[in-house]
Amino acid sequence: MPVPETIAKPGDGAETDTAPDRPQTSAEVLRPHAEHAFAAELAALAAADDRPRPARWRLSPWAVATYLLGGTLPDGTVITPKYVGPRRIVEVAVTTLATDRALLLLGVPGTAKTWVSEHLAAAVSGDSTLLVQGTAGTPEEAIRYGWNYARLLAHGPDREALVPSPVMRAMTRGATVRVEELTRIPADVQDTLITILSEKTLPVPELGEEVQAVPGFNLVATANDRDRGVNELSSALRRRFNTVVLPLPATPEDEVAIVARRVEQLGRSLELPVPPDGAAEIRRVVTVFRELRDGVTADGRTKVKSPSGTLSTAEAISVVTGGLALAAHFGDGVLRPADVAAGLLGAVVRDPAADRIVWQEYLETVVRERDGWKDLYRACREVSA
Amino acid sequence: MTPPTAFSSSAVAPPPATTAPSVPRCPRVDPGGPLLLGVRHHGPGSARGVRAVLEAERPAAVLIEGPAEADALVELAADPDMRPPVALLAHAVDDPGRAAFWPMAEFSPEWVAIRWALDRGAAVRFFDLPAAHTLAADPTWDDGEEGVAGDGARIDPVAELAGAAGYEDAERWWEDVVELRGDGDPAAPFRALAEAMGALREAYGHGGHPRDLVREAYMRLRLRAARKEFGDSVAVVCGAWHVPALTLRTTVAADRALLKGLPKVRTGTTWVPWTHRRLARRSGYGAGIDAPGWYAHLFTAPDRPVERWMTEVAGLLRAEDHPVSPAHVIEAVRLAGTLAALRGRPRPGLDETTDAVRAVLCEGSDAPLALVRDRLVVGDVLGAVPEGAPAVPLQRDLTRRQRSLRLRPEAQDRELALDLRKETDADRSRLLHRLRLLGVHWGAPAPGRAGTGTFRETWRLRWEPELHVRVAEAGVWGTTVEAAATARAEARAVAATTLTDITALAEDCLLAGLAGALPGVMRALADRAALDTDVTHLARALPALARALRYGDVRGTGTAALGEVAAGLAERICVGLPPACAGLDAGAAAPLRERIEEVHQALGLLPDVGGTRERWTGVLHRLATHDRVPGLLRGRAARLLLDEGRIPDDGAALLMGRALSPGARPPDAAAWIEGFAGAASGGGLLLVHDERLRGLVDAWLASVPAEAFTDVLPLLRRTFAAYEPGVRRALGELAARGPGASAPGVPGFAPDPDRERADAVLPLLHLVLGTEVPA
Repeated sequence: MPVPETIAKPGDGAETDTAPDRPQTSAEVLRPHAEHAFAAELAALAAADDRPRPARWRLSPWAVATYLLGGTLPDGTVITPKYVGPRRIVEVAVTTLATDRALLLLGVPGTAKTWVSEHLAAAVSGDSTLLVQGTAGTPEEAIRYGWNYARLLAHGPDREALVPSPVMRAMTRGATVRVEELTRIPADVQDTLITILSEKTLPVPELGEEVQAVPGFNLVATANDRDRGVNELSSALRRRFNTVVLPLPATPEDEVAIVARRVEQLGRSLELPVPPDGAAEIRRVVTVFRELRDGVTADGRTKVKSPSGTLSTAEAISVVTGGLALAAHFGDGVLRPADVAAGLLGAVVRDPAADRIVWQEYLETVVRERDGWKDLYRACREVSA
Repeated sequence: MTPPTAFSSSAVAPPPATTAPSVPRCPRVDPGGPLLLGVRHHGPGSARGVRAVLEAERPAAVLIEGPAEADALVELAADPDMRPPVALLAHAVDDPGRAAFWPMAEFSPEWVAIRWALDRGAAVRFFDLPAAHTLAADPTWDDGEEGVAGDGARIDPVAELAGAAGYEDAERWWEDVVELRGDGDPAAPFRALAEAMGALREAYGHGGHPRDLVREAYMRLRLRAARKEFGDSVAVVCGAWHVPALTLRTTVAADRALLKGLPKVRTGTTWVPWTHRRLARRSGYGAGIDAPGWYAHLFTAPDRPVERWMTEVAGLLRAEDHPVSPAHVIEAVRLAGTLAALRGRPRPGLDETTDAVRAVLCEGSDAPLALVRDRLVVGDVLGAVPEGAPAVPLQRDLTRRQRSLRLRPEAQDRELALDLRKETDADRSRLLHRLRLLGVHWGAPAPGRAGTGTFRETWRLRWEPELHVRVAEAGVWGTTVEAAATARAEARAVAATTLTDITALAEDCLLAGLAGALPGVMRALADRAALDTDVTHLARALPALARALRYGDVRGTGTAALGEVAAGLAERICVGLPPACAGLDAGAAAPLRERIEEVHQALGLLPDVGGTRERWTGVLHRLATHDRVPGLLRGRAARLLLDEGRIPDDGAALLMGRALSPGARPPDAAAWIEGFAGAASGGGLLLVHDERLRGLVDAWLASVPAEAFTDVLPLLRRTFAAYEPGVRRALGELAARGPGASAPGVPGFAPDPDRERADAVLPLLHLVLGTEVPA
């Protein structure tokens, strides 16, 4: 592979950016990067890994999958699982990166998209800091390059005046760059990625040059697939990604555990007392969420309509937290059905006409008939009326 | 990029290498003796191996695992009209419900062997135990060595071997070691498999299949006979499980002893068309192959199976309006290849191709993937058998039933009136309804002469010769009329797209007395109703259900499930109707009024479970009082409530007063009157009798401003013109007299009854009622 004519090479960007050399240790920061937090595991994997590695990969695809899914190495090192979910998904994600295709991680909030992308970048390139955070205000410069205007005015356009974006840096270095919340980025800015992903070059017309990506460059994007008001990806861009949908927790037990853990953490920081019998109510909220989301009751016997909202695990957490706050400040400190009923209604009924019917049908055909759910039914009826 | 194979692990034990791949060394009964080709049923890799070995060895006869009676049917396999998938069907002649199927797909080793032998002029013998014995022993005898009818003791040999090789998934192991090995020595898998099975049989004996010992004794006898006839130039194609038993040194006498005293029934055998979907089915007579379409593809693709598969998938997705470019296909193939390498598999299998299709071609979405699974991985393939194939058992069953019910198939039209209270007539009706469900339109329901009573039915019968063909086609569904109709109804319920289709089907099932199909149909109905967002669909479906419930009562069919579904449907209507009625214009309100009336009537027929009627009354109340509901529906709801006695008379007056108050738009008010007192709602008698309501209408009419009156006039005309002449006349007279004038009562009647004249009617009344005239 010919060494590309890069613009950032003689400048200071590439040298100061060699991330693993950064003198940060996990003790100094609130939340260390994945490659620091799990440096020992990565090193052990690299040592044990005798399989072929694609160019500029720190690990072989097999070792990257093992890093994410966990396992035990021949020397006895235990790799903790970073992602708990179907093995298939991680394998497809790693393989996608190994075949030079960009990876798009889709999923509703709370499905560990960002987490997976961070660990993928850490394991593949040893650096998870090349990051573009997508917002409605993300400018083109965040994906292409900007200018150091003082220098630009003083010396005119030259390489020194160019400020590379994380994407450009990843291209010159052959590393993995992450784009968070791709669908929040305005459509015209999104489209900047098309040439980068298909031609693997980034033209700099101001200088009459271009940046060509070196082997090892790749891009992991995350996006929320059921959120409203996002900028849908153009089909041209979509075609350049392999898409992996991260699923919601597979079993009710997993989801109840996730919700309970997060509620406890949130409750602690909000200084809400967590009632001792909250688990039963959490289970009911999770059940309602799962049933409406899946369109079928937990026993699989009755179908129900799904509302237009996402009903993500994150929302279940906020319903329960809201209920706790109600119970603590206005109730008797015990999480009661009435405390979660309003939150449930708000989470389910996003579209006042269609969702209300969905919710009432669910109440009348499922909740009313269920043993031990009479109190919840009454509470919900009161709120809905 | 590194080549895919670089990642492969050593977990896959390659079958033992051969010294000279050009001369296949096959397992044999004894050195130089007959070839033993142990296969996996429906394995394309096995099929390819069988073909290669047969082509190399050219035996004079091929023995195939299948009922011995089927020898006579082999020639049909060469018929150009014969198209797999097909199944060999054996059934007990006197009890067609007892049947066994031996399905064969294009990629089944058995089928490949049969076709090879027929093309090359070699003899074909089926050498498994005759169906006469297997059907006599157990009607649910199945051929599967996979053991679908699993009682726990049966072992699955493939799973055992996969476990020994360190695989969790037996299918995957099989794919890796047999199906995905495209080249090399075709005989190698047979050798490896025979050895492995030998070890398994040593460890497990019959492995929970005790009948196998009997079957294998028979196989050995047939093999001996074949050797006598053809010498050693014989090839055996059977489940690999049986191979070790065929090399056992046993005596003829010992084998005969095992076969002694087996029960026996008279059987018929034939070929029936089969489908890929049925091959994929795990229960019943399905072969339990998850991916017949994929296997067929592996078998027929001349080379580059993954590339060809992805191209097919892309073609399907394009046809369904998913844009898929050749670049997509390239990326999908690359992803599948690399994924296989990462997972340490020799080549991409179904798992890898599916993952790649999902991530690249379907952009992560499961909906198009489901389409791919349904159309390609399973596939729509339907087999065909030539016309010369012996009659299917369904035909025999039908003939028996025709005889016992004394219904002769005749070519000329004949009208048949049935009284369903009689047992024979009820049975006849059920038979005709079942045949209609199967698409055998022998009888068509004719309008009955005896009125609308639910216990009478009239049919027009006519037997066309092509109905025989229809019966043969319907043979795919089952071996008796009842079983076939049940299976057909269930399949139709799953495939039905609209709610009304399913309710109509439920009605048909009840008429046909198919209690067995009802749970499936009801399930489909409940599912469809739960997801249907248009309340008018639900409202349309409910009356048919209520009718069906009533028929069920007449015919004594169990209808508990039906009642439950109807109650659920009513519940959803109660939730969805008020929002659906809000803000409608006059055009949309009219059809909805009909729906409301139908639902109201239907709910009257249904048993009142869980307070449904109370809820419905609540809904009517909401409709009657809600301002955004159009006048027509408000008036109708008020009238229904009044008729049911759910609101007092003055309540109706209150509602009417509100609807006709000066604030209301005149057209809306006129529509209210149409809804409340239109001819469709029981006419104007109410207005004749209730002076207060009449007064309200009168006062409103008088207060309509002149410019609005011309708008209202056509509506009012329509309402009042539909009344019967007598009512119109009475109303006119009352209106002419003015309010308050008719205080004593109805015009033409005295205020008090005339006792003497009333008494004169009594004797006649007693005669009519059959009561005694009191002295």
